[in-house]
Amino acid sequence: MSAFLKKYEGLWLFLHSPAAIIAAAVAALIVFGAVFASWIALVNPYDLASFSLFDGLLPPVWQDGANSKYLLGTDDQGRDMISSILYGARLSLIIGLSALAIAAVLGVGLGLAAGYYGGRFDVVVMRIADVQLALPAILTALLIDGMARGILPQAIQQELRVMVLTLAIALSLWDNFARTARASTFVEMNKEYVQAAIMMGQRPLRVMFVHILPNILGPLLVIMTVDLASAILLEATLSFLGIGLPADSPSLGTLIRIGMQFLLSGEWWILWIPTLVLVALVVSINILGDFLRDIFNPRLR
Amino acid sequence: MLTITGLTVKFPSRFGDFTAIENVDMSIKAGEIHGLVGESGAGKSTVGAAVIGLLQSPGYVASGTLLLGETDLQALTFTQAHEIRGARISMIFQDPQTSLNPLMTIEDQLIETIQAHSDISDTAARKQAVDLLEEIGIENASERIKAYPHQFSGGMRQRVVIALAICTDPDLIIADEPTTALDVAVQSQVLNLIQRLAKQRQIAFMLITHDIGVIAQVADRVTVMRNGRVMEAGETAQVLGAPKNLYTRALMDAVPPLDRKIDRFRVPKDDRIASSRGKMAERWLLEGQQHDLTGLSVHNLTVTFEGPRTSFFRKPPIYVALNNVTLNIKPGSIMGLVGESGSGKSTLAKVITGLVTPQSGEMQLGGAVLPIGKSRNRHHLSRQLVQMVFQDPYSSLNSRHSVGDILTEPLWFYGFIKNPVERKNMAASMLSLVGMPPDAINKYPHQFSGGQRQRIAVARALLARPRFLICDEPTSALDVSIQAEILNLLKELQATFGLTILFISHNLAVVRQMADDTAVLRNGSVEEVNTTDAVYEAPQAEYTKSLLAQTPVMPPSWRT
Repeated sequence: MSAFLKKYEGLWLFLHSPAAIIAAAVAALIVFGAVFASWIALVNPYDLASFSLFDGLLPPVWQDGANSKYLLGTDDQGRDMISSILYGARLSLIIGLSALAIAAVLGVGLGLAAGYYGGRFDVVVMRIADVQLALPAILTALLIDGMARGILPQAIQQELRVMVLTLAIALSLWDNFARTARASTFVEMNKEYVQAAIMMGQRPLRVMFVHILPNILGPLLVIMTVDLASAILLEATLSFLGIGLPADSPSLGTLIRIGMQFLLSGEWWILWIPTLVLVALVVSINILGDFLRDIFNPRLR
Repeated sequence: MLTITGLTVKFPSRFGDFTAIENVDMSIKAGEIHGLVGESGAGKSTVGAAVIGLLQSPGYVASGTLLLGETDLQALTFTQAHEIRGARISMIFQDPQTSLNPLMTIEDQLIETIQAHSDISDTAARKQAVDLLEEIGIENASERIKAYPHQFSGGMRQRVVIALAICTDPDLIIADEPTTALDVAVQSQVLNLIQRLAKQRQIAFMLITHDIGVIAQVADRVTVMRNGRVMEAGETAQVLGAPKNLYTRALMDAVPPLDRKIDRFRVPKDDRIASSRGKMAERWLLEGQQHDLTGLSVHNLTVTFEGPRTSFFRKPPIYVALNNVTLNIKPGSIMGLVGESGSGKSTLAKVITGLVTPQSGEMQLGGAVLPIGKSRNRHHLSRQLVQMVFQDPYSSLNSRHSVGDILTEPLWFYGFIKNPVERKNMAASMLSLVGMPPDAINKYPHQFSGGQRQRIAVARALLARPRFLICDEPTSALDVSIQAEILNLLKELQATFGLTILFISHNLAVVRQMADDTAVLRNGSVEEVNTTDAVYEAPQAEYTKSLLAQTPVMPPSWRT
């Protein structure tokens, strides 16, 4: 048993960390619900025929006047809150994950190359990253959004909203990856296994991706989890401000924006429930990120 | 002065208590230098830490007594122990770079320590500090005391650390590898200082080291440890000169002597290339010798680096790493390259492998011109013929690749064997040739010890079918008994396959064992090149003479 535990030390640490277990459970629940939204959800919030205005503004079941069909109540259109949240979380996760993927590929690629070649290439890449750091993420997103509105014809603008949003978020996250990848690559470049590979005459791309990349994955994975949370938050912020997704295809952020209107009129659940789900998702992803960092950094144990 | 009886230290862990040292007895008299010697993991430093009460958490003293004079060190409260540390027991650490505070002047650090233990004025403390620095041999101390640690050289810094240790007039000083980070010349000065202090001030020294030469030179008594237990203890001359314990004997067999060359070290595990699985690799290597014995010569190599830029308008200062170096390594011979840190040994290796581009000079490999630096393309034949074994076996193998991936890479890369299964078989056979179990191929580097990793690194170099091998300090990260095994292995391989080797080391005794010819490098220039016997028996250059004189040696009568 002890030999087994030694081998899977990460698992042992996980099983002895209540915070990590709870966070993983919450994240898993939300992700599961989002992935299987089409089967779980009562109604499809995008399909106008599947809900009725007569069911509008019903409170959650534990309050007077509730309909037991809608556990967490409905919004003013009569959409079931649970269904909206599941579909909303799905959109949020899709945008967050694809933005993260684009940012990681772009950032890690540029960071690795900057660390490997050094010199002028490094200076150029890192100065661009510095400029990116100075621009607030929301400003980058507004910029891209504005450009997209200007360039793209009106007809396809709505269809491409998700992509524009994803690109905007990715662009505001890539510099994080680039900086970490570059710093780690610098450290690895001085190690003898890299020198041995260069000495043999291996191609730079092979040295970078076969030799160096696996050795710098640890810190990058940690950034990925933390940045996934930021990406989801950023999407929610943009949607909340109204430059994200429109009301007919709501993400979590859009749901919160819609809910704002009802805050003062007594229908608190329309705002509070999506907000709590967003907070739970982001906090649990962050806790998992912290936990990963502990695993990869033995000194913090 | 210090009496330790039955000391056992345990470290609780998730998988039960780990016993770091067990039942250690030791006593040190005033004015005695007591050597504590052993290989890594022997528990030497744990003994020191237990005495000074700074065991790394969560370690604890499970049993045994620690007496300093009449004081029972274990009965002390936290505050009392704090007062004893520094006042009666001091410590000297390995690395003077990190044991001094870089933001405080030497003066401030000395005065702070003196005032922490005695209630005297700043002026009196300053005077005492200056006197101390003069005592430990720093000239012009009243001026130099105002300097910051980075303005001192490594040896001076270690002297300041010693001054800090003695400024409170302690009874006992624990010196944990005090000279390991220092060059030979500086090492001998620091050792002399320790000897003088022990005599003049009657301080008891616990000298923890892995270097048997150092012990032989200064220690009055010695305790040999292994795996947390005392193997043998007594007078230095008796323990090291006529060891009774099997382990001590094996340890002494593995120490390379400076004054003669021995053919093969006597090691417990014999390393002859005998295993039948290794035959395949051996045949393959012999088959591949379409190239004759390959010598290498370098002519007038000069390498300069730009120093840090001091001003935007001025050119950065130039640092000369190699100055007009000319060397001729005869085909099939081993050339030893010795020198202190910063002498340019590793730079020369990097120039030969093409990692560093020299400002001027040319090279020839086996009679053909070897393009320098960046002008050598990726497919040049030398990329295969010249291979390297690095100093640090922990960073020279990619920790995310399995041993199989690491070893089959050269076979694949140079296109020797097309079939992946055959590649793997050849790699496994090569592993047995270098004395490793072939099943190691499915494991990862971190599952092996330093010596085993160095064997894997040698196997990787051989799988490129090299004719010229550069060994850059291949054993300086290893324990002495492992060093003996690796040196034996290298000698064996060189004899079997007719390799030409450039053997770089700061350790003169090791080079004596390995090299046919020896070159002495200092500040980037060659001081002396000759046959190894001539360099060691009748050195011509003053620098070589002083290097040889300062290297700790054992009396010839201790030969086993």
